[in-house]
Amino acid sequence: MSVEATGDGWRGVAAEEQDHLSDRVSLLLRTRSRRLLGDLLRPHRRGMALLVAIIVLSSAAGLAIPYLVAVGIDDGIPPMLRGGGPGTLFVIVAAVVAAALTQALTRQAFLRLSGRIGQDILLELRRRVFDHFQRLSLSFHEKYTSGRVISRLTSDVEAIAELLASGLDGLVTAVLTLVGTAAMLLLLDAHLAVVALLPLPLLLLFTRWFRRGSSVTYRRTRETVALVIVHFVESMTGIRAVQAFRREPRNQEIFERLNQDYRDANMRGMRLVAVFMPGVKLIGNVTVAAVLLYGGWLALHDAVTVGVLAAFLLYLRQFYEPMQEISQFYNTLQSASAALEKLSGVLEEEPAVAEPRHPAALPYAKGAVRFEAVEFAYPDGPPIIPALDLELPAGQTMAVVGTTGAGKTTLAKLISRFYDPVDGRVLLDGVDLRDLDEAALRRSVVMVTQENFLFSGTIAENIRFGRPDATDEEVVAAARAIGAHAFVAALPDGYDTQVGKRGGRMSAGQRQLVAFARAFLADPAVLILDEATSSLDVPSERLVQRALRTILADRTAVIIAHRLSTVEIADRVLVMEGGRVVEDGPPQRLIAGAGRFARLHRAWVESLA
Amino acid sequence: MWAAAVLGIAAAILTPLVGKEIIDGPVAHGDQDALLPLGLLALALGVAEALLTFLRRWSQAAPVLGLETAIRDDLYRHLQRLPMRFHDEWQSGQLLSRATTDLSTIRRFLGFGVLFLVMNVLQLTTVTVVLLRMYWPLGLLVAGSAIPVIILSNRFEKRYIRISRQVQDEQGDLATFVEESALGVRTIKAFGRRRHVAATYDGLAGKVYRTSLEKVRLSSRFFTFLEVVPNVTLAMVLLLGALAVGGGWLTLGTLVAFTTLVLQLVWPVTSLGYILAMGQEAMTSADRVVEVLDTVPEIDGGAQVVAEPRGHLRFEGVGFRFPGAERPVLRDVWLEVEPGETIAIVGATGSGKTTLTALVPRLVDVTAGRVTVDGHDVRDLSLPSLRSVVATAFEEATLFSMSVRENLTLGRGDATDEEIRAALEIAQATFAYDLPWGLDTRIGEQGMSLSGGQRQRLALARAVLGRPRILVLDDTLSALDVETEALVEEALRAVLADATGLVVAHRASTVLLADRVALLQDGTITHVGRHADLLAEVPEYRALLAQDADLDQEEALR
Ligand SMILES: Nc1ncnc2c1ncn2[C@@H]1O[C@H](COP(=O)(O)OP(=O)(O)OP(=O)(O)O)[C@@H](O)[C@H]1O
Ligand SMILES: Nc1ncnc2c1ncn2[C@@H]1O[C@H](COP(=O)(O)OP(=O)(O)OP(=O)(O)O)[C@@H](O)[C@H]1O
Ligand SMILES: [Mg+2]
Ligand SMILES: [Mg+2]
Repeated sequence: MSVEATGDGWRGVAAEEQDHLSDRVSLLLRTRSRRLLGDLLRPHRRGMALLVAIIVLSSAAGLAIPYLVAVGIDDGIPPMLRGGGPGTLFVIVAAVVAAALTQALTRQAFLRLSGRIGQDILLELRRRVFDHFQRLSLSFHEKYTSGRVISRLTSDVEAIAELLASGLDGLVTAVLTLVGTAAMLLLLDAHLAVVALLPLPLLLLFTRWFRRGSSVTYRRTRETVALVIVHFVESMTGIRAVQAFRREPRNQEIFERLNQDYRDANMRGMRLVAVFMPGVKLIGNVTVAAVLLYGGWLALHDAVTVGVLAAFLLYLRQFYEPMQEISQFYNTLQSASAALEKLSGVLEEEPAVAEPRHPAALPYAKGAVRFEAVEFAYPDGPPIIPALDLELPAGQTMAVVGTTGAGKTTLAKLISRFYDPVDGRVLLDGVDLRDLDEAALRRSVVMVTQENFLFSGTIAENIRFGRPDATDEEVVAAARAIGAHAFVAALPDGYDTQVGKRGGRMSAGQRQLVAFARAFLADPAVLILDEATSSLDVPSERLVQRALRTILADRTAVIIAHRLSTVEIADRVLVMEGGRVVEDGPPQRLIAGAGRFARLHRAWVESLA
Repeated sequence: MWAAAVLGIAAAILTPLVGKEIIDGPVAHGDQDALLPLGLLALALGVAEALLTFLRRWSQAAPVLGLETAIRDDLYRHLQRLPMRFHDEWQSGQLLSRATTDLSTIRRFLGFGVLFLVMNVLQLTTVTVVLLRMYWPLGLLVAGSAIPVIILSNRFEKRYIRISRQVQDEQGDLATFVEESALGVRTIKAFGRRRHVAATYDGLAGKVYRTSLEKVRLSSRFFTFLEVVPNVTLAMVLLLGALAVGGGWLTLGTLVAFTTLVLQLVWPVTSLGYILAMGQEAMTSADRVVEVLDTVPEIDGGAQVVAEPRGHLRFEGVGFRFPGAERPVLRDVWLEVEPGETIAIVGATGSGKTTLTALVPRLVDVTAGRVTVDGHDVRDLSLPSLRSVVATAFEEATLFSMSVRENLTLGRGDATDEEIRAALEIAQATFAYDLPWGLDTRIGEQGMSLSGGQRQRLALARAVLGRPRILVLDDTLSALDVETEALVEEALRAVLADATGLVVAHRASTVLLADRVALLQDGTITHVGRHADLLAEVPEYRALLAQDADLDQEEALR
């Protein structure tokens, strides 16, 4: 799909993988990045102005030193030679020292202030992007992958950090020198000055060429490094399977190819700079030589004085020297722009599951859930739930069973608003979920997902994730309630045991228990358990079930389970098949019948033999 | 590259001399004929300088980038060899920051810093030598000004190394947290903990912020100092020089030349700060990279290969203790699995079943006793050989955001379509053919665009693909509904008929796949026998597997 094909193809992160963009799109992207940069800089307008003032002072002091030395030699020494005192000399030396100190102090102030502003901006950028990623919906994360998230928040942010660290300093100094010198040149000799400034348009054209080339190249760099990161992160995350299935050689091959692409992109970037920077130098040097010749000729014909020519040449060097700095700045700017483009793209993504503008009030949820003609399909996928009407009264415990892939988890995800239905609505206590703000919704509905993710940290911290303000006693009580206390207490560090990254130091069943305790502590009106006991041994599962009887007594619950023992505690069973409800009723009645559930139940009883 | 650099700088120094020559020569003497050659010389020098700079930049790109790329490849290769134990401890964010940020820091220093450092030092020494020869007392003064610079640089270096290491580590932590919160985004959303997580992130980012500021302050002090020294030296030179001129020990012309040269020292000294800082950062980065590269892969293959694997598996007095743990997870485990036999491992949650199975393909190594395959200690076998004999379906599916086909074949790129179909049929995973792009459908990170049962069946298909001699199934039917489970079991029976099987099970239905059952209790195997016998004779076993067991009895067992 080309970016052109769809009108909005460049929006958000859509343009990320495009190598070549049309002028229109790249203009749009550039404006978007500029806007973000402006946004970030705006709060620091005063600081930046101050910086410029400081740097003017600093440069003035810096430039004064050679001048003062010259004065010292011209005016300070002759009186001494004539037998006078060294008075003037002392004054001038003192002035040099004063200038040096002024320069040093202003320089330090500058470095600190610019450092602070730079770090402030980075912090703000990090916060913004991180928060936005967390705001974006699951459908976004499924496509984007964690590796990309990481690469945006690390390597892209670093590209901008580099601009902030070195950019401003060089740029301001360079521009100041440039403007000052140009003025001097014009003052000295307008005629020569015109010759000296003649190549400026050429310089602009050259810069334009560089911008075009580098914006493509640096985009490519950002993209290739992201791919390296994605592959790296994913193979480290799944290293167990990589090693067990001897994937290493193939992975190495892929990694080296991606790494090579990254190298090539970097190479192209470095070579562009290798042409650009000396190119600028060439223009400068040729100009100097031309002025030398022309000026020499003029001087020979007494059109200028020798003194003017000498001064002119000195200043001219000063004019083209900072060009290097400016082109260096321009280079970092281009690289940062590529990063800004990616980041602004992320920030532009709208969460598919958006927060309501005017949230409905729901201070206390009773927990009645209703599906009204709900239709659902994953983005770009076939319909999963064709049309579903369902009423789940507050306080009811409903078990959902069905073959794998039937859409049970999907149903649960709709209740917890991980996704919005394509059509129809899901209501909690009569309020459309889309009208509830996040806090209210999450307070009321909590889901224990099939993949119970633990964060690195202690067991207590993980359980407390369910309710950050819970006391230690409450954490222990939650673990006790679902039968996790026994195993935790048996650990040498008890609740302070580190679970390791992604809970790797816990066994699968232990992870499940911790995840369960976490949900229980959250104490929601609607609790959704998606195969929350699948990895437990039978006694632990039984314990959990017994606990569930009390836990679920006063709340709405949706329990998805393949072990039908769990179903026994349910008031109602929903049998799903291909996204549809094929049976619905109290378990006893369904078992007694001759339908799907009766068959399932028989098979299950037999499997227990 | 170095030649180009040196020549380039020489050209840069010569150009102003030509200018002087023109003004002093042709212009002053009205010698029009000499103007053109000199002017052309200036032009040639200018062009040469640009060309040489170009050559230097152009030619250094390849070696510098080549080095970075090679180290990154090595790092990745090494990481893939490092055992699970390493990966359990190291967050991938930390590893990643080494593979990206640190390596580019090194690249930048090599591509830019080293050259400038050498050039600066070269320029500093030559100018100082010239100064010493011009008028040694003042020259000594200038040379002496190097002393405080060196002392302070040393002190600065120590602190800067510490602080830049701290920043780098903190950035690694930040990356780790980003990774975790991206992987755990479902959980975060399920609990609506966006703000809580953002606050934690803020804390970490704040740390980076504060340390970076400290770094800025430290370097700003040092940089400023570096700027003061040459300027103050200049003032001293002027003062003492003037006095010397007054005293008649020095000519005015020499003093002028002298001060001009000292002025030339200011920039190299000042920029030394940046370059040293850059170098320090590159050093700490290199340290961080080497730290990983120097970790010895403790699980390294032996030389033997099993030529014709039969799948005879033995655990001989096996013990295992996690590093730093007080109690061993496994102790004195004896178990023999005959070729073609299937053994079920039954044990309570957290009893060490997964750990036991991980010993066979050497994802972890025993800490006591040994595991043998066809009589070879697994530690004597080459890893590819061992791991082609053993295939595991893990309790977590562990899928990648690649196509279904790639996920299935992983290390076996040569698997045929028939083999794939056979494996998918055994695992009842033929749904894969109905995905939008069939086997070429990408299944999202960790297979997240599949249902839980679909993920598990793919992982199972992956394990049975190519009919390994030893098949390890770690509770791999837990996410399947009863009917699918029965179908999978039926198909697995045929596979397990001639493969050696190690099946971890929590349910009686799965246990029935096995010929015998081993009961794992308190880290060791207490009973081995047929399911029916154990059920009848061992109360602990009954408690673990029988659905109707008395709850109070279980309580007593915990
Ligand atoms: N994020 C997703 N993107 C696209 N398709 C998906 C996604 N998640 C699930 N599906 C598809 O939707 C269908 C229903 O999945 P769902 O997870 O609801 O099944 P399930 O009933 O929970 O199954 P299981 O018992 O295996 O967990 C499956 O065919 C699955 O492949
Ligand atoms: N990396 C680790 N470091 C320290 N202890 C660990 C580590 N991994 C697992 N453990 C501990 O070792 C014990 C055995 O874990 P293992 O995963 O083998 O259990 P399991 O029998 O497979 O349990 P389950 O049925 O829940 O999967 C557990 O108590 C667990 O806490
Ligand atoms: Mg599911
Ligand atoms: Mg396990």
